[in-house]
Amino acid sequence: MEGKTSNEVFNREKAEATVKELRQSFRAGKTKTYEWRAAQLEGIARLIKEKESEITQALRSDLAKPEMESYLHEISLAKSACLFALKNLKKWMKPEKVPAAITTFPSSAQIVSEPLGVVLVISAWNYPFLLSIDPVIGAIVAGNAVVLKPSEIAPATSELFAKILPEYVDSSCIKVVEGGVPETTALLEQKWDKIFYTGNGKVGRIVMAAAAKNLTPVSLELGGKSPVLVDSDVNLKVAVKRIAVGKWGCNNGQACIAPDYIITTKSFAPQLVEALKVTLERFYGKNPLESADLSRIVNLNHFKHLTDMLDEENVSDKIVCGGQTDEKQLKIAPTLLLDVPHDSLIMKNEIFGPLLPIVTVDKLEDSFEIINSMSKPLAAYVFTKNKKLEQEFLSNVSAGGILVNDVALHLANLYLPFGGVGESGIGAYHGKFSFDAFSHKKAVLSRGFAGEAGARYPPYTPEKQWILKGLINGSIVALFLALFKRF
Amino acid sequence: MALITGKKCGDEEMGPLGLETEVAEARTTFDSGKTKGFEWRKSQLQALLRLLQEKEEDMLKVLKEDLGKHRVEAYRDEVGALTKSVDNALLNLKKWMAPEKVSLPLVAVPTVAEIVPEPLGVVLVISSWNFPIGLSLEPMIGAIAAGNAAVLKPSELAPATSEFLAAEVPKYLDCEAIKVIQGGPQVAEQLLDLKWDKIFFTGSAQVGRIVMTAAAKHLTPVTLELGGKCPAIFDSLKSSRDQRMAVGRVAGAKWGSCLGQACIGIDYLLVTDEYAPTLIELLKGVIKEFFSNSEHLARIVNKHHFQRLCNLLQDESVAASVVHGGSVNAEELFIEPTILLNPPLDKEIMTEEIFGPLLPIITLKKIEDSIEFLRARPKPLVIYAFTHDEKFKQRIVDDTSSGCVMFNDTLIQYLCDTIPFGGVGQSGFGQYHGKFSFDNFSNRKPVGRRNFLIEFSFRYPPWNEKKLQLLRHIYRFDYIGFVLCFLGLKR
Repeated sequence: MEGKTSNEVFNREKAEATVKELRQSFRAGKTKTYEWRAAQLEGIARLIKEKESEITQALRSDLAKPEMESYLHEISLAKSACLFALKNLKKWMKPEKVPAAITTFPSSAQIVSEPLGVVLVISAWNYPFLLSIDPVIGAIVAGNAVVLKPSEIAPATSELFAKILPEYVDSSCIKVVEGGVPETTALLEQKWDKIFYTGNGKVGRIVMAAAAKNLTPVSLELGGKSPVLVDSDVNLKVAVKRIAVGKWGCNNGQACIAPDYIITTKSFAPQLVEALKVTLERFYGKNPLESADLSRIVNLNHFKHLTDMLDEENVSDKIVCGGQTDEKQLKIAPTLLLDVPHDSLIMKNEIFGPLLPIVTVDKLEDSFEIINSMSKPLAAYVFTKNKKLEQEFLSNVSAGGILVNDVALHLANLYLPFGGVGESGIGAYHGKFSFDAFSHKKAVLSRGFAGEAGARYPPYTPEKQWILKGLINGSIVALFLALFKRF
Repeated sequence: MALITGKKCGDEEMGPLGLETEVAEARTTFDSGKTKGFEWRKSQLQALLRLLQEKEEDMLKVLKEDLGKHRVEAYRDEVGALTKSVDNALLNLKKWMAPEKVSLPLVAVPTVAEIVPEPLGVVLVISSWNFPIGLSLEPMIGAIAAGNAAVLKPSELAPATSEFLAAEVPKYLDCEAIKVIQGGPQVAEQLLDLKWDKIFFTGSAQVGRIVMTAAAKHLTPVTLELGGKCPAIFDSLKSSRDQRMAVGRVAGAKWGSCLGQACIGIDYLLVTDEYAPTLIELLKGVIKEFFSNSEHLARIVNKHHFQRLCNLLQDESVAASVVHGGSVNAEELFIEPTILLNPPLDKEIMTEEIFGPLLPIITLKKIEDSIEFLRARPKPLVIYAFTHDEKFKQRIVDDTSSGCVMFNDTLIQYLCDTIPFGGVGQSGFGQYHGKFSFDNFSNRKPVGRRNFLIEFSFRYPPWNEKKLQLLRHIYRFDYIGFVLCFLGLKR
């Protein structure tokens, strides 16, 4: 069991030794069998069941996360990922037969999924349990050995992993390494067969540059400013509830797919703001700073990042609801702002908190310019009953995922790939996409000696060229001649 | 293999400003939405087909000039293969572009969802010199089919081909969206400094690292099609007919395709001590039959590589292991098909990718030892094996790793559109050909749709135990429990 104790530092030597041990385990073939993978998944499922209260406690300690959110967003999603993988493991492991081409007749072809080898999973602090265990499940189900480095910014969860994971899984193949920048750097210097990183773009670049040295493929689950376009023809009450729970009901806005900002028409904005205010009071009461249903801000650093945004000149006077902060408790109330300047901090950077700017436009079609002036987000949302607007949104907005008339739900669907594009990331996972993310799809082509195209070989003649032309283009006549013509 | 400039591309190297303007135009064109429609993509692919048909003679000519390829080889490996790929893309384009419906769990009902492929934007394709037309246009087919604007930088080490592409592609394809930019390492560096939505690189591992490091600055996804030492395991085949055929396929793969300068060419052979002499004799026979006339063989691309290959033979112990061939012609940049028997494993000829017409034969006690031999080495682009032993075949598939495994033949996996083409480990990552090309250059965007009709209040705060219970039932797909709990008939 690796861990950072007071007199033990995880440095380059330790990183090397860890990877070496995992390589040996992997080479021995331990992780490849169905039995091993199923046993690990069953272990994780047991862990989630037996340690649910410890997990909930750690999340409360790290983020003041309400029990409901811990259950809804972390525990139950981790459980379904695990059970879904167990259910489909055998199917996913089977080679996929594919038709072979006439050009290669007679032949048979299949695609075999094989593990990449020894992989590194670096997790984030906002869903510290889920974002650790979910990729690890993917790595295991694909038959890899894996090192998990949980986020040090969620220390209780990180410690919990280091303590309990070895009790439930094969620690000769699955390891937890705790730590911050030095430990992560030591790990990134090693040669991995894949690196899976969840976090921000700045560190994402560092991870990819480190991976480049060893030609290691990466998956980067990053973030962005997820816009919500709200049309006036919607069922406002329902729309606002969905937006609210997607924003403040997800770790108080500290979620990569939480709505970052709203765009609506100038004429509709007042109604929208009123509806949001009503819903916010219904959800969190008159004193939201005291509500037990809101997560706190993760640490002082991030708290200041958010208050800096609020305090900026020409921004602080745009608050139309909320704005209360409590530095001691690291709490910020759900806050609405109306028409902040486009070049303000709050509109230039991913907010990742309970501040929700509302941007108004004359007509909704003008919103695409605003959305596309920013980098591609992880998710984009549109609330409308107008099919034409919906279609325009789909065609004009590029994002990791799009949801119409709701927020965040798509991440729970194991049949949809979850991942970013552009600045919001590279690669996708969840469900079978997790299996694929940690696999190499090996083409296996098999021929016999029955048919031989003498036309393939020198000395070359015009006649051979003619036959090859036909053969490559799938002509049956050419195939016939190729197989039977003697040169 | 560093980006060393051989023959220069005249004065066509664009200054930095010209280059940036070109790329900016491609970006503007993409942003206008022009490349997204089915009609545009179809028209470009059709134009590509016309280019392949109308300029076939010119293509065969420049391939002869750059690499000494015989016209039939050039057609078989490059022009013909591309024609097949474009035909395949045209046939399937509509299907590939169509959204893919997806099933959903009940918790999300009523929701429908689909995965919609969309183009990534403006992509950069950096090609290699050994199949300079094939490796330039094959990725371009994928980029275009997926609706992107694309910039191609052909290899400066195949200058006649580079000139040809720069001159002809703009005549056939939409030059506001598809650009060809010529040049060497400096131009590549300038291009890599810009922001791309995808970079597709074919070449060496060394340059692959440079490309990926540059891409990391912009979080640009990359595909790296690299190389490696592709082995061919040669088991004893009972019938002499099969043996003869197998040896023919080996010879074709080693020398008949760009004189061994191919990423999926055979680098070396693994065979038993017992069988090696027979194999060598068969190889000699086939070499005589196929390659007596060196007109039917390609040439080494330039002096640098020619020297590199000659140097591989300099070492005494390596030179001593030559059992056939070995003669070189510096003026022609030609090295004849050469066979070596058991050169030392620690010499460069066995530690680096050969990429030339030298064929080491490594002998083992038994053929199964080849598996351990391969496991101890970096993962190649392809492992070839000639055998009838089904158990052995399964062991090769299960216990080794490579981009691809090909049994009883060589090279033709390149022509098969239904299997992915790409490496793993040191041989690269990312795959293409057929639909894999389309996917490689697409963002597969999930789209979910809900309506306002049904609403579950237990999704929202303020939270309480009852809501938690309801959700537990839902997540376990325990609908009866859910209904009972909802109606207050169950705790």
